[in-house]
Amino acid sequence: MTVARFWRAIPQRYNMVGTKCETCGAVFFPPRSVCPHCRRDGKIVEYQCSGKGKVMTFSVVHSASDQYSEMKPYVLAIIELEEGARMTTHVICEPEEVYIGMPVKSVFRVLDREGSDGIIHYGTKFVPDVA
Amino acid sequence: MREVAVIGAGITAFGELWDTSFRDMCAEAGVKALEDANVVGEQIDAMFVGSMSAGRFIGQEHVGALVADYVGLGGDLHVPATRVEAACASGGLAFRQAVAAVASGMSDIVVAAGVEKMTDVADATDVLAGAADREWESFAGATFPGLYAMIACDYMNKYGLTREQLAQVAVKNHYHGARNPYAQFRSEITQSTVLKSTLVASPLRLFDCSPVSDGAAAVIVCPLERAKEFTDTPIKVLASAQAGDTIALHDRPDFSTMGATVAAGNSAFKQAKLERKAVNFVEVHDCFTIAELCAIEDLGFVQKGTAGKFTEEGQTQIGGKLPVNTSGGLKSCGHPVGATGIKQVWEAVQQLRGEAGKRQVDGAEIGMTQNVGGTGATVVSHIFGRV
Repeated sequence: MTVARFWRAIPQRYNMVGTKCETCGAVFFPPRSVCPHCRRDGKIVEYQCSGKGKVMTFSVVHSASDQYSEMKPYVLAIIELEEGARMTTHVICEPEEVYIGMPVKSVFRVLDREGSDGIIHYGTKFVPDVA
Repeated sequence: MREVAVIGAGITAFGELWDTSFRDMCAEAGVKALEDANVVGEQIDAMFVGSMSAGRFIGQEHVGALVADYVGLGGDLHVPATRVEAACASGGLAFRQAVAAVASGMSDIVVAAGVEKMTDVADATDVLAGAADREWESFAGATFPGLYAMIACDYMNKYGLTREQLAQVAVKNHYHGARNPYAQFRSEITQSTVLKSTLVASPLRLFDCSPVSDGAAAVIVCPLERAKEFTDTPIKVLASAQAGDTIALHDRPDFSTMGATVAAGNSAFKQAKLERKAVNFVEVHDCFTIAELCAIEDLGFVQKGTAGKFTEEGQTQIGGKLPVNTSGGLKSCGHPVGATGIKQVWEAVQQLRGEAGKRQVDGAEIGMTQNVGGTGATVVSHIFGRV
């Protein structure tokens, strides 16, 4: 991912700042600037997500694109945040540990590196939320 | 709107065609289609070319003009050629644009082609990941097998689909593909081949996945009222439907139901004024085994959650209640992404003309196609009938 493209999503990737539609109450993460339900009638404001959620579905990826080949196998999952928004992300755990409904919480991690002397992308991944 | 017919169809072999270029594949499929329709270049009013990612696979954009020029429709005849892109639904959508052009009265004789050259690039997984939401899915490590694996995981959890039932989709499609001389993999396989193959993204294994392929296909359409000028066996387009959905899988209310397939299917059956049981065979988008099961459910042929059992019983094989993917599907015939939607139309034409040889569905009168872009953000569906 290019620096410019990454840069403009820093509030989201570093702090999980999403958006909320004050008209219908829906929370969006990743953020949306237009509410897909209310469209022009929606009123979008910034919204800080808690970073807590649960696994809706998952896969253990064994064959990845070159960019992620160092990380494999990794747990890819769709998380539903407690605010109701859903996102695609990594869950850092043993592949056999993950299950549908598993509570998770966000953590700040390295996402990838552009080679040995390139940009390092940081952002959000998830870990099991053990009580 | 005018009624539309398919009057010619042509295809290249699908596979790793290292000695054939993008433009040569287009020329081969296009020339075969024109010969099949008895049409010459001067008669062609327009051309639509479905290609998903020529820019990244071969570094070539502007492929509508490229192809038209190469086959002699550009420089001398100035035929308008348009590239159509909707990820793996590019071919189906190119066909729909051709149908729309004829139905509207804007054009009479139109070529719809689909093509992809995928084996000239190193990281096809990354190119294909561009059909998902790059910033919020692909950048999070989502590959296409990974996304469909998450659909499979959700489906298995909800409906109790077994790993063996899922494997049976691939076994059946290889059985069909073994009877298609243009298929990439023309060998039958057993369930254990699938279950012992390498894990790609759990629960999907290598033999649950369609391959990286090169290939092209082309068809010619014209107004139904003119079709007999060109062929004794025109195939009527009974319905052309397209529907959209969220680009990201995570935004779907139900991961294992493709809302766009449901919407496009309902629209197609309404246009054709047909019931599901009238359909004799269907070509659906089995980019991964799970996708075929979702497709026949979402099109309304079987109840949600029952497609695995239906497949296990042999009902989707030639000779069963609803033969699915008689061409071998994406799994066995191959999946040159932009070409697939036109390949499906080509197969429907073969079946309805009774020219499908060893994979012929007896007495085929009505056939349907369903072509998916991404994880279902674009779905194009057509219904065809004998005249």
